[in-house]
Amino acid sequence: MALVEVKNVRKTYRREAEELTVLDGLSLEIAEGDFVALMGPSGSGKTTLLNLIGGVDQPSSGDVVVGGTRLTGLRGKQLARWRARNIGYIFQLYNLIPVLTALQNVELPLLLVKMSGKERRERARHALDIVGLEDRLKHFPRQLSGGQEQRVAIARAVVSDPTVLLADEPTGDLDRKAGADILTLLDRLNKEFKKTIVMVTHDPTAAERAHRRLHLDKGVLSNGPS
Amino acid sequence: MSLLSLVLVNLGRNKRRTILTALSVLVALFLFCALRGVLDTLEASIRVGSEARLVTRNAISLIFPLPLSYQERLLTVPGVRSVSYANWFGGRDPVDQSNFYAQFAVAENYLPIYASDIEIVAFDRPQVAGAVPPGVDPKLAAFMNERDACVVGERLFNRMKWKLGQTVPVSGTIFPGTWTFTVRAVYHAKNPAMNEEAMFFHWKYLSEKGMGGQGQVGWYVLELSDPGQAGAVTRAVDALYANSAAATHTETERAFQAGFVSMYGNVPFLIGVIGLAVVFAILLVAANTMMMATRERTAEFGVMKTLGFDDGTIFRLVLVEAAVITFGGGALGALLAKLVIEGSDFNAMGLLPPMTVRWATVLVGVAIAVVIGAASGLVPAWQASQRRIVDALRRVE
Repeated sequence: MALVEVKNVRKTYRREAEELTVLDGLSLEIAEGDFVALMGPSGSGKTTLLNLIGGVDQPSSGDVVVGGTRLTGLRGKQLARWRARNIGYIFQLYNLIPVLTALQNVELPLLLVKMSGKERRERARHALDIVGLEDRLKHFPRQLSGGQEQRVAIARAVVSDPTVLLADEPTGDLDRKAGADILTLLDRLNKEFKKTIVMVTHDPTAAERAHRRLHLDKGVLSNGPS
Repeated sequence: MSLLSLVLVNLGRNKRRTILTALSVLVALFLFCALRGVLDTLEASIRVGSEARLVTRNAISLIFPLPLSYQERLLTVPGVRSVSYANWFGGRDPVDQSNFYAQFAVAENYLPIYASDIEIVAFDRPQVAGAVPPGVDPKLAAFMNERDACVVGERLFNRMKWKLGQTVPVSGTIFPGTWTFTVRAVYHAKNPAMNEEAMFFHWKYLSEKGMGGQGQVGWYVLELSDPGQAGAVTRAVDALYANSAAATHTETERAFQAGFVSMYGNVPFLIGVIGLAVVFAILLVAANTMMMATRERTAEFGVMKTLGFDDGTIFRLVLVEAAVITFGGGALGALLAKLVIEGSDFNAMGLLPPMTVRWATVLVGVAIAVVIGAASGLVPAWQASQRRIVDALRRVE
């Protein structure tokens, strides 16, 4: 059984009187441990699809099932709790909290889990260790390079040991070298830590790191060249 | 890190704004508590009056005297245990005209009526031994035996740096001329609402030197044998002189004191309104600050929700943030009001009891600060918690 099942999903937005269809009857299955790259032109619905899988947004119709949980049946607090346990989200612009240190940023999702402060710090430190930033614990985001910030964001995404990692253009704001390092890190998380990864990207080089490349165009999915 | 430390870290994000907001709440709560202190002090000045004593004055106005001859008849009214009398002197310090303190010419049985409110803490021994009248504190023997002796409040005594036996000159205004008094005793007010900046001297001295022995008094104080009879006694006394040349107006001593406070007119009401207006203005300032603070962090709230923070947690975080700013400022402001107002020892030159800010007022101030925090944070907290994640994230992406 697939870890992620997107079943005949339709997503429309209403902009004043006009109804805009972003995803049109899209279906998709992603197996556990897979590394999928979602590609497509701007406005094709990639981020929307990512948001639906992550329980950040709800489809207009259809179903999204992740790890056996039907997300369309969850609301509010339940959905938030589910996200905290199952989803690690990596943003293009890192979205770290500027007033928190690297360690505190990584600790943030763990505030939602019952554990001692010491255990929280230990886990956050371990996550930063995995991404190679064990010597930047006390640094604030402004004191880090873009690549380092993204690695902190990745540590924050994996610290609660989620089932699925969703990365929205994780290398989009980085130079080639830093981007390559991030992709290597994602690759390692997939292979070594068995994380299922869905990554939105415009970059064909980045997409090549994935096991599967899917193309979205005008809300319709097609398999890219394997 | 904990959720509380997250709140504190966020407060430090824009230190200048946080400090200025806390300061504005501090000033508002300082004003509120100080103004409440003024109101409480005015009310306390009423409480000094007893319900067990009546004051009889001229029905036209306090400034018109009553004949001394009324004393004998007043004693015959059923329910009246004793009758005393006093006059307002209204003199000035001849050296410093702005240095005002109250002076009263009183009958010899006047101070014993207030024995439970005052205590003689310093006194001169009489030069010639003599018995004091019944009911008079033996410590007042020197005062009783000397025509121009006076008893002064401890606070006045200390402020003027007087000594026992010292002769004090006073310029008469109502009763012209230079008057001299010898300080023979000092009283301490056991009742904090009692004026401790007053001088009491013999009514006989005033009558002989200032009124040519006419025998007129400013007001009578009637001590009742049963406070429950106050209404009946009041009616009986006023009926007694209803058709005389000097009709009387009798009321409880407390009502008499309240009459002085009512001279302030709507000032207490205005003070109350100003206090509330200041608090309301600060509520708007605090609300604006919180709106700005949360609007700037819209995307961050989106990120936190993506990480799994639910709407309720976001709501509480913003609300607590607002409450911490206003609580900090408010608690400091309220405490500062207590320290400053009570430290100033202001008592309107003895016309009011020393100003105090009660602990209850401080607590009310702190509670108001918390309510301001909650009210100012309510709308931004609601907005932050209810915004859809995708809309919040779009703020930066």
